[in-house]
Amino acid sequence: MRRRSYFVLSVLAFGYAFLYVPLVSVIVYSFNDSRLATVWGGFSTRWYGELLRNREVLDAAALSLRVAFSTATLATILGTMAGLALARFGRFRGRTLLSGMITSPLVMPEVITGLSLLLLYVSLQQLIGWPEQRGFTTITIAHTTFAMAYVTVIVQSRLAGMDESLEEAAMDLGGRPLRVVFDITLPLIAPAMIAGWLLAFTLSLDDLVIASFVSGPGGSTLPMVIFSKVKLGVTPDINALATIIIVTVSLGVLVAWWATGRSRRPQA
Amino acid sequence: MARRDPWQRFAIAVPYAWLLAFFLAPFAIILKISFADPIIAQPPFTPLFDDDGGINVTAANYAFLLTDKLYVVTYLKSVFLAAGATVLCLLLGFPMAYGIARAEARTRNVLLLLIVLPFWISFLLRVYAWMGLMNNYGVINNVLTWAGIIERPIQMLYTDFAIYVGLVYSYLPFMILPLYASLERLDPALVEAAQDLGASPATAFRDVTWPLARPGVIAGSLLVFIPAMGEYVIPYLLGGPASLMIGRVLFDEFFVNNDWPLASAVAILLLVLLVVPIALLQRSRVREIAGDA
Repeated sequence: MRRRSYFVLSVLAFGYAFLYVPLVSVIVYSFNDSRLATVWGGFSTRWYGELLRNREVLDAAALSLRVAFSTATLATILGTMAGLALARFGRFRGRTLLSGMITSPLVMPEVITGLSLLLLYVSLQQLIGWPEQRGFTTITIAHTTFAMAYVTVIVQSRLAGMDESLEEAAMDLGGRPLRVVFDITLPLIAPAMIAGWLLAFTLSLDDLVIASFVSGPGGSTLPMVIFSKVKLGVTPDINALATIIIVTVSLGVLVAWWATGRSRRPQA
Repeated sequence: MARRDPWQRFAIAVPYAWLLAFFLAPFAIILKISFADPIIAQPPFTPLFDDDGGINVTAANYAFLLTDKLYVVTYLKSVFLAAGATVLCLLLGFPMAYGIARAEARTRNVLLLLIVLPFWISFLLRVYAWMGLMNNYGVINNVLTWAGIIERPIQMLYTDFAIYVGLVYSYLPFMILPLYASLERLDPALVEAAQDLGASPATAFRDVTWPLARPGVIAGSLLVFIPAMGEYVIPYLLGGPASLMIGRVLFDEFFVNNDWPLASAVAILLLVLLVVPIALLQRSRVREIAGDA
């Protein structure tokens, strides 16, 4: 840029303030002693204490973490297979349908995904008696279905940008296809699989709408508990919970950014 | 490849079966139920086939949705709010993406990281944060009163204004990232050349920057519009009784009124409204991949 545009600079400043002021305000108010979440009553960490004694929140957090972990793992396995199939296996029958089913969940409104999966579970229960009750399993299946789409896209684009010659060389030297995948392809796409796993984990942890549909009584995830509390207005212990999540996620992202930056620099 | 290896067959079959069972089959079911009648039973809708072999199909749910004023207004209002939020995202996101693309490499990475970071923080909690800000006794009203700009609090929460703020705030990164991708590829020398040849900044923008940025504008707008149309959390937490959006109506129809067939029909009609934007998005993606290759 030859000269700095004050217009662009001020929009940038406004935009970043817009993105970050709400987060900062939640963090500040989480240390507010007053029960009235909008009146400042002095510095206090009491809401963190109350949060850690709240069984409902802790149980929901445990369920959410279990669902997110299983979802991320399943979605990474299924998504990697689908990514390999779409990027490396050439043409096969039904390829168009597969790639359509992969990209559709990415843009499908959550209310539709949630409703349609619940209707599937209800129909299945009538037909074959499964699932007997809705909870961990039904939420994990629902989350895996949309999260695997993200993993597939990440793996597929990594494979598309990668030279096939290493895999071909291994094949020419007599490697069996499955061995070639485990010894050559998977190590090469490992960064994409890790990124996909983390994204699937986050998406699952974040989801409210789909889980609300496919969960049953007693199977409340953390976002469901948060939502039922904040429906009624601002509550101080949710400010504390939000602060914990914001700080944890930001630190995680910063560490990941710093680590990938360091590993990339020597090559550049 | 003539003969397929068993491993390859397995790698195709497993995700395929999963998606057929948990993505395609549910759609067949939702479509089926949208043509059923609601009854008081478990489950609360008429079966497709009678005991004596007749077929139960009714278009009553669709007829109701297309003639009932509340639903027509809700669909229109959702389109209006989602489109408004898309335009606001573009107005704010374009200069931001431009500024980021023109920054020095080091600053650019930090600026991009700050755009992506909120993605990883709970969506629900980020929407919730605005409840505390826009409350009648919230941060914004307190600051404005303290500064003497207003005398009594302005009602912001539970209005359409709050929905716009929530939508723009949540979906702004979806607009900035594709815009950034196309603006970053734009060579600043092109704009300089246009200006050296006598074009005013406005003409240079219109004839050089805008056409080259258009793929990003289209992709970004669709990525904001499509999810905004089905939004449930934002109208519920920030919107008022008048700010009805389809996502919320679908949710209530199902959970509050227990009318499964009508909720299914609402979902199918929402999908019909989104078919064109979704198809456009797929096409712009295909073109982008083809353009990169």
